Amino acid sequence: MIRFLAAILTFLTSAAAAQEEIVLGLSHDTVSISTDFDGSDILVYGAVKRENPIPDGPPLEVIVAVSGPTERLTVYKQDRKLGIWVNAESVEVDEAPSFYAVATSAPWTSVISAVEDLRHRISIPKAIRSVGAPDDVTDAQAFTQALIRIREKEGRYRLDENTVDMREETLFSTSVSLPANLTEGEYTLRIFLTREGAVVGDIDTSIIVEKVGIERWLFNLSRLNPLAYGLLSVAIALIAGWAASAAVRLVRNG
Amino acid sequence: MQIYLPIAEVSVSLILLLGLGTLVGILSGMFGVGGGFLITPLLFFMGIPPAVAVATGANQIVASSVSGVMAHLKRRTVDLKMGTVLLIGGLFGSAIGVYIFNFLKTQGQVDLLVKICYVVFLGIIGGLMFLESVRSIMKSRAGKRGKRHVHVWVHGLPFKMRFRASGLYISAIPPLLVGAAVGILAAIMGVGGGFIMVPAMIYLLGMPTKVVIGTSLFQIIFVTAFTTLLHAISTQTVDIILALALILGGVVGAQIGSVIGARLKAEQLRILLASLVLAVCFKLALDLFLTPDELYILAEFGS
Repeated sequence: MIRFLAAILTFLTSAAAAQEEIVLGLSHDTVSISTDFDGSDILVYGAVKRENPIPDGPPLEVIVAVSGPTERLTVYKQDRKLGIWVNAESVEVDEAPSFYAVATSAPWTSVISAVEDLRHRISIPKAIRSVGAPDDVTDAQAFTQALIRIREKEGRYRLDENTVDMREETLFSTSVSLPANLTEGEYTLRIFLTREGAVVGDIDTSIIVEKVGIERWLFNLSRLNPLAYGLLSVAIALIAGWAASAAVRLVRNG
Repeated sequence: MQIYLPIAEVSVSLILLLGLGTLVGILSGMFGVGGGFLITPLLFFMGIPPAVAVATGANQIVASSVSGVMAHLKRRTVDLKMGTVLLIGGLFGSAIGVYIFNFLKTQGQVDLLVKICYVVFLGIIGGLMFLESVRSIMKSRAGKRGKRHVHVWVHGLPFKMRFRASGLYISAIPPLLVGAAVGILAAIMGVGGGFIMVPAMIYLLGMPTKVVIGTSLFQIIFVTAFTTLLHAISTQTVDIILALALILGGVVGAQIGSVIGARLKAEQLRILLASLVLAVCFKLALDLFLTPDELYILAEFGS
């Protein structure tokens, strides 16, 4: 009888867990890069919708992960040959996000288990995909670590623990700050609800980052009509050079 | 105040860019060098991708050279005829240089070769100029004057032309060869080539220092305009906004530079340029030999 009740209880809690849904809101879902763009903060807020009361046990935690468009990279290791530092071994990274930030509501290890992280590819090392290293490279791991180290130093990769504010296991909010050196494209925003290290709910949406105004126009021209763009650059340089010397002559004579 | 660069896709300080442009402009006006050998590493240091730095540097040099040439034209210190002959050689050289560059690219390690090229050429040219200027300053202190014309085999070649502004009557072959050699190096090293051209004109062609600067700037305009176009079409890394910021500083700097240059003695000018060239050479050599802070480098796939 007791065993039966326990089974029912487990069933109910897991059903309740599955019924925890995320209702999400963003302060803005497009980021416009204009000439004076100097980074942008996006406020992510949401609520957990549930039919049943909050299950007992460990508290609900939240992970917010923002990923920029991925790119293909080559990581070179430098080596000293004849006294000079040259690019030696290299490892290709098939998919590395140009930007990646993770925010959590508690310390990383207590928010999610390693298995769940691997399944959903949430942490920074898991978000990078490197298919295989050439045979002559024995420590391929070191190359991905170097990639993360370099990008963390540039502020492109971030893990911010305890920065998601969670209230009554129902309301949460955090602010994702996008740096000034932002690449254009579609950014994915993923939110995970976890309990005891297991993902119990998730939702994703996208944020569009695009250049606007003169930035947009110049970028398009440089890609669609490179000859015109080149001629424009040269013409601007010629006119600017001439105008400057003419201005100086005017000042001196006047 | 930050400004977002559409092609480089980074946001940098506008004040810093204007300052950098002015600094390079002053050097350009003083010495007749484009400053590409200086601006490219500095832009890289500011976090601008190397490819964008090289291409946009070339675009900026077009403007500062025009500004400089206008100032020199006013003082009649441009040998247009010599400039044209050098330019014809230079365009042939550029074409050969681009071919060599692409060949080296397929062999890998082209970046390293460019760096070694820089160290070797800057070292040789800076060293020779420095020694020569020190010697001529000491000679003028001692009250002696060097011989104005030294007759060597170069003067026996055919196709003689009169270069009035330079006060020379020499064969067109040496300037064509000098132009071509500089064109090759410029294409490989991604610079206007002024720092090679200036000493070559002084020591190989025997042109007077005052004329050399304006003439060098004159031909740099065309070489860098050509380079800018090539980059805009092939690598698409010319950033107009970045170029504009550098140009604004640069054109003003070039005017200041040409005024300073006109007040200095030729020997002093040469010794200053030599010191600058040697300093850049030393910095690049250190980078090659010292252990880097970060052993790993990120590069776009396929570059």
